[in-house]
Amino acid sequence: MSELQFEKLDRPDQRAAWLKNKANWIRLSAMTMTHHAGLGHTGGDLSSADILAVLYFAGILRVDPENPNWAQRDRFILSKGHCSAAFYSTLAARGFFPIEQLMTYMDPLSLLNGHPDRNKVPGVEANTGPLGHGLPIAVGAALAARMRGENWRVFVLTGDGELQEGSNWEAAMTAQHYGLENLAVIVDRNRIQQGDFTENTIRMEPLADRWSAFGFAVREVDGHNPIELLNCLSELPRQNGKPTCIIAHTIKGKGVSFAENQVAWHHGVPTREQLTLAAAELGVEVNW
Amino acid sequence: MSTPGSMATAEAAVQPQLYDCRDAYSRALEEMAANDSRVCALVNDSLSSTKLKGFASRFPHRFINVGIAEQNMVGVGTGLANGGMLPYVCGGSCFLTARAMEQIKVDLAYSKANVKLCGMSSGMAYGQLGPTHHSIEDVAWLRVLPNLAVVVPADPVETAAAMQYSLRHEGPMFMRISRMPVPAIHAADHRFTLGKAHMLRPGNDIALLANGIMIARALDAADSLAARGIQARVLNMSSIKPMDADAVLEAAQSTRGIVTAEEGLSSGGLGGAVAEILALHHPAPMRILGVPGVFAPTGSAEFLLEHFGLTARGIHNAALDVLGEA
Repeated sequence: MSELQFEKLDRPDQRAAWLKNKANWIRLSAMTMTHHAGLGHTGGDLSSADILAVLYFAGILRVDPENPNWAQRDRFILSKGHCSAAFYSTLAARGFFPIEQLMTYMDPLSLLNGHPDRNKVPGVEANTGPLGHGLPIAVGAALAARMRGENWRVFVLTGDGELQEGSNWEAAMTAQHYGLENLAVIVDRNRIQQGDFTENTIRMEPLADRWSAFGFAVREVDGHNPIELLNCLSELPRQNGKPTCIIAHTIKGKGVSFAENQVAWHHGVPTREQLTLAAAELGVEVNW
Repeated sequence: MSTPGSMATAEAAVQPQLYDCRDAYSRALEEMAANDSRVCALVNDSLSSTKLKGFASRFPHRFINVGIAEQNMVGVGTGLANGGMLPYVCGGSCFLTARAMEQIKVDLAYSKANVKLCGMSSGMAYGQLGPTHHSIEDVAWLRVLPNLAVVVPADPVETAAAMQYSLRHEGPMFMRISRMPVPAIHAADHRFTLGKAHMLRPGNDIALLANGIMIARALDAADSLAARGIQARVLNMSSIKPMDADAVLEAAQSTRGIVTAEEGLSSGGLGGAVAEILALHHPAPMRILGVPGVFAPTGSAEFLLEHFGLTARGIHNAALDVLGEA
């Protein structure tokens, strides 16, 4: 398994700064990709970047980019498949495929489709895009680990609006019934879906109580605080015999002033000027 | 004239022993699980209709009941395959296919997940329960999906052979398992091969292409046609997808017409697939027997098959019609 630079850092403030920087690199990479493609889902790319950075760069996920199909790997499933630009950026930075390939995002015949394809992109576990597919697949993978007597774990990142799909709650019932403590659901709670704020569309609250009622050990965290995320993800399961739900409170469009908390940036795409401005705000250089 | 003794023999010949293919499927699945620790089964509360009680008691740790939740069931199957298991996702075909169609498309077909679907009690087996419980659309829906193999076995031997085959087939497969009583058609050593039609009877006047419960009826029709001097070829088209285009074209080239018969809608299924091949490569006179674009009225399965002419007589008459001898 490739060595993680993160592990060489001792002080929490160094670690936090390093992860923040990594997340901002993912943010600007995703925006550069959507800028080039003229398509994408920038808002959710930005809200999920810290979560992805902690999962892949702080030693949470036991994965091996050299051997992406390693049988004992932890599984990460991006259920909110539309945030593919942030996900691809993360996978490339972690070494699953060359970073140069990111610039082919959504080009004709590119391996990097608008939504991830496990048969084309190393490190992708499931083809997602239609919402409400990731959690059932994650539940199945967690059951497989148990049937095989293996101790790898399953992480799934969902959107919040996505939880309006009933299949999630079918899967939640299965996870509870089988006591899947090797499963962690992370909700990117950015409070905005495609058309409006979630609470104006179909109310999600009380979201934590709902997950609790479905038998999950629930923890709410600041989804932009890498150390808080890291501490939470390092202590799994939260409760023996129960699946975990981490509600990560995030800001859609996080880190870029003109995109933050704006419904229009769900699938907004930056102009050249906006990308330059975003780079300055994120403290990352654009790789045109 | 027959003697009383030969009458008894004749009666025995027209009343062969009948089988429920679900028994062959569940026996095969248990055998496979005993030999391969990756084999697991999922049901949607359908423990008795899938006949998996034996499996559940022999392999409790490899048996998952997700409750009444078909979308979730297909997704869970996908995850099990991701984790190195070999899941058989079993449920009433009407619910499994219609309710979980997006999961079948995305999680299985598009993803090429190694998951097998067993659609039970397909066609109009649930008779009086009505169109909500009929699965006459499943073949048309599923056969258009890239990467998904679709198989409609005819009898217990072929059901078991297709199950064994599915274990070695890498990729998603749908097997349509009937609960309608059918006679044994195939010899005990019959081997199923995906993408191959199986000729059950040679003949160069007309070709009868059928599958599932319609095979026995097609063979009976071939008998009655032979009595009129018409030699009917009977092809078992259990492999709907991929389909044996060579066998279809050979049948069209060697005979004067084609009759297809299926326990499902007459558009989009077996007849549709055969028509696509013929229209492009060898247009031939053809009749398509099935449920003609309607939801069935109330009635038992046998009544409905009779109602829609899905009988040996119906196939016989369609053959005469296509030959201009009606």
